[in-house]
Amino acid sequence: MADAAIIVEDAHKTYGGKKGRKAEGAQGAEGGDGSKGVKKALDGLDLRVARGTVHGVLGPNGAGKTTLVRVLSTLLRPDSGRVEVAGYDVLSEARAVRLRIGLLGQHAALDEELGGRQNLEMFGRLHHLGGRQARVRADELLERFDLAETGRKPVRSYSGGMRRRLDLAASLVTAPEILFLDEPTTGLDPRGRVEVWSAVRSLVGGGTTVLLTTQYLEEADQLADRVSVVDRGRVIADGTPDELKSRTGGDRIDVVLRDAGQLGAAVALLPLPAADVRVDTDRRLLSAPVTDRMTALSGVVRALEEGGIDAEDVALRRPTLDEVFLHLTGHGDGADAGDRANVKEAV
Amino acid sequence: MSAYALTDSWTMTRRELAHWARQPVQVVVSLVFPVMLLLMFGYLIGGGRAVEGDYVDYLVPGMLALTMAFGLEGTMLAVTQDLNKGVIDRFRSMPMADGAVLVGRSAADMLQSTIGLVVLIGVGLGLGWRPHAGPGQFLGAVGLLLLFRFAMLWVGIQLALVAGRPEMVQAVQILVWPVGFLSNALATPAAMPGWLGVVVQWNPMSQTATAVRDLFGGPGGESGHVWAAVVWPLGLLVVFFPLAVRRFRGLGG
Repeated sequence: MADAAIIVEDAHKTYGGKKGRKAEGAQGAEGGDGSKGVKKALDGLDLRVARGTVHGVLGPNGAGKTTLVRVLSTLLRPDSGRVEVAGYDVLSEARAVRLRIGLLGQHAALDEELGGRQNLEMFGRLHHLGGRQARVRADELLERFDLAETGRKPVRSYSGGMRRRLDLAASLVTAPEILFLDEPTTGLDPRGRVEVWSAVRSLVGGGTTVLLTTQYLEEADQLADRVSVVDRGRVIADGTPDELKSRTGGDRIDVVLRDAGQLGAAVALLPLPAADVRVDTDRRLLSAPVTDRMTALSGVVRALEEGGIDAEDVALRRPTLDEVFLHLTGHGDGADAGDRANVKEAV
Repeated sequence: MSAYALTDSWTMTRRELAHWARQPVQVVVSLVFPVMLLLMFGYLIGGGRAVEGDYVDYLVPGMLALTMAFGLEGTMLAVTQDLNKGVIDRFRSMPMADGAVLVGRSAADMLQSTIGLVVLIGVGLGLGWRPHAGPGQFLGAVGLLLLFRFAMLWVGIQLALVAGRPEMVQAVQILVWPVGFLSNALATPAAMPGWLGVVVQWNPMSQTATAVRDLFGGPGGESGHVWAAVVWPLGLLVVFFPLAVRRFRGLGG
């Protein structure tokens, strides 16, 4: 397929030892999940991103999203597999890849001691724009991202949103063919989030291919043409956001009872498909997928009244990321994923 | 090395210079510290050494060499701090020349060390130190000192790349002091127990100090040490320069 901006086939990456830095020595270890301190960050990952599209990579902490972005942006070498960006191999043609990409990582990749203009000018020079052109470009970007007023203030003193905007500007110094955004809105307030989203949308209009990782279903929904759901280093589902949502079962209804003892009776009584009802005794909660929101709500309220079951709360809601994963993987983003999240995806 | 090796290294050097401009106090402190040491040893602690002639004539060249050795700490700290900053990811994902980050660092550090040498030599002259050397020998001595600094610089970069975290630098800093003082920088080996004197004489820093003293024409100099003061640093460079560049390129293995 000639129009693929990104091709990943059967990519593997294993970190060995407790510290990421020690990983080099442990590459050959065929340890698997069971052996001590070895983490398979990419475990046969496949991905194909068409040119000029926004592709979302959705997954919990520790799923391998950051590792994927670092491999694609030539910061990390895959152990095996085929990885091509803009038609170039990330290992043997790293320089050609670097000429064509922009990277917005999870943490600001800026010189904190320098000002915004100094940063952008430096990156322009390193892209070999030449001094004059680098200055012109820096001014353009500062203007465009509403940072022209920052003057000589060091980045260290920027707010989170400003820093993110400057970081995004820095990844656009040469109008890259392909832009990687690793959890671009994590840690931002709602206003900052909307700003980043609109910036990403304006880029796509210009033909840039964007690969975006996120933990938020909503973000993928807002921005992505297609979404790959990643878990434990491989893609477990992909499709358009609508396709994925319909596969997770759509809306849910939550009913909280006053008396946990009545949960069994409620399951039997309520007009819900009994096989799909989840019961959480500790929280006196039962939860089920619904198809027609209003019919389900009124049906449940009526059944509770008629059955004399005392409810504390009845609510309709969209599925959470937890439920998407529960549905797709058969395991929750609970203790297990939490453990894996502790294994830092270090260099 | 790409065609842009020089341009990119220069851009990285400019980055360090911009850092200096923003933190002048830090630069001044780094220049004042060796001066403080010199004054301390010159007036407080020194004096009683078994040195023929004037102790100041012995001490100043020693302090120059010691300052070059201690430069290793500053290099290490700067490199480890840089490695742990997000900006290094951007550098590594850009089409810049391979060694530019490290070469830029070394150029800035050499510039700082040269300024440091000038300051320290000025203070030494103020203390009454007089080199009995022609301009050629004088410049030769300065060249040997900077060569030694350059070697220590790449040792520092490699140690920093291996250590990885700023916390680890503290461990090395503690070791730099005994290694620095286990030399003839401040005291002549003749005044030490026999075995210690042997260790001290083999310290590469002692070679530089002895050669520099010889070129400056002061006490403690021995002719014929210049070759050792050239060979030792070159040897260190041959080992540590490629190691450091390879290690940096191999980040993200």
